[in-house]
Amino acid sequence: MTNEMILEKLTAIIAEKVDTDPAEIKAETTFEELGIDSLDITDIAMSVEDIFGIEIEVNESLAAVGDLVGAVAALIGKE
Amino acid sequence: MSFSICGTGMYVPVHTVTNEDLSALVETDDEWITTRVGVRERHIAVTETTAYMATEAARAALENSGISAQELDLILCATVSADSISPSLACMVQKGIGAHCMAFDINAACAAFLFLLDTAAGYFAGGRVKNVLIVGAERMSRIVDWEDRSTCVIFGDGAGAAVLCEGDGYRDAVFCVRGGDDVIRIPCFEGKSPFYRGVSEKPYIHMMGQETFKYAVNAMSADIQTLLERNDLKIEDIRMIVPHQANSRIIDAAARRASIPREKFYVNIDRFGNTSSASIPIALDALNRSGMLQSGDRLILCAFGGGLANAACLITWP
Repeated sequence: MTNEMILEKLTAIIAEKVDTDPAEIKAETTFEELGIDSLDITDIAMSVEDIFGIEIEVNESLAAVGDLVGAVAALIGKE
Repeated sequence: MSFSICGTGMYVPVHTVTNEDLSALVETDDEWITTRVGVRERHIAVTETTAYMATEAARAALENSGISAQELDLILCATVSADSISPSLACMVQKGIGAHCMAFDINAACAAFLFLLDTAAGYFAGGRVKNVLIVGAERMSRIVDWEDRSTCVIFGDGAGAAVLCEGDGYRDAVFCVRGGDDVIRIPCFEGKSPFYRGVSEKPYIHMMGQETFKYAVNAMSADIQTLLERNDLKIEDIRMIVPHQANSRIIDAAARRASIPREKFYVNIDRFGNTSSASIPIALDALNRSGMLQSGDRLILCAFGGGLANAACLITWP
């Protein structure tokens, strides 16, 4: 799965979470810009885990949507 | 023989602290606390001790049950914010209400009320008791760091109690303990040993927010599903779910994850904050006295907290 495909899936999850147009969400968009705090990121990560069957370590390094895409890509790549 | 809940009671301190009051202490505001935690106000002890609150809640539960203190065979209490390590909270409640039965404490942090119920169930099953008093009481304001805005806005003080009598209201329970202190811990006061060279920590609540959220949501949704499946029940068969009132967002996320309508969850964190082991019996007492419960109604109680320990049980209202 390419990073673009992962981004598309994550964008849909995040857009639903914050009730935003998916077109507004880019890889470089930060969670702070979306009004998403650490518990929201955890909530989103749990949904992502369910979809991809992975376990994401949630910490301060996940600042932008692209960081989460990178984390997912790395975990999928290990499998 | 199991038991049924035949009376409930609660006590909270008179003094109320609003989010606006807190914004004068730490950098926060009402909008942030309300949307991020779900608390609007909490009761905070000014002169009330944990034992006083526990005793008052116990008196209210006894009165509600029609059972006298002399008729009790066992008192079980839970707290993470006791006035003293010894005597136990249960001993002080025994003295306060004028009972003479066996009394001891159990520590399972925020999930403790479920552990009290299950311990009591063992005594009922063994035929050793006819009436049991259980109490969860907390003066969380004593163990929060009032300079840490991420935790001090969450907690409140209070006590909740239940009287258990012979019956068949305790139907099933699920427990899980995953020992460790990396996610939630409350260190003790280190003391002043001239010999000890270990690292000392502030004796306040230390909580990893994201890990706690993930653990709590997964535990609560899984425990509820387990009880439903094991008892061949649908969510429509449950009158109400009474969750530990830790954070409204945990309850929201657990409801979504378990595909259960949010309205099934009884929530009062907005008025009391997180009162740890007292939160479920306080909620139960509010439900009991509201007239919302009918005989035969099924309730699921579920909680999680330091330990890590999580639990849920299925009860029918007498």
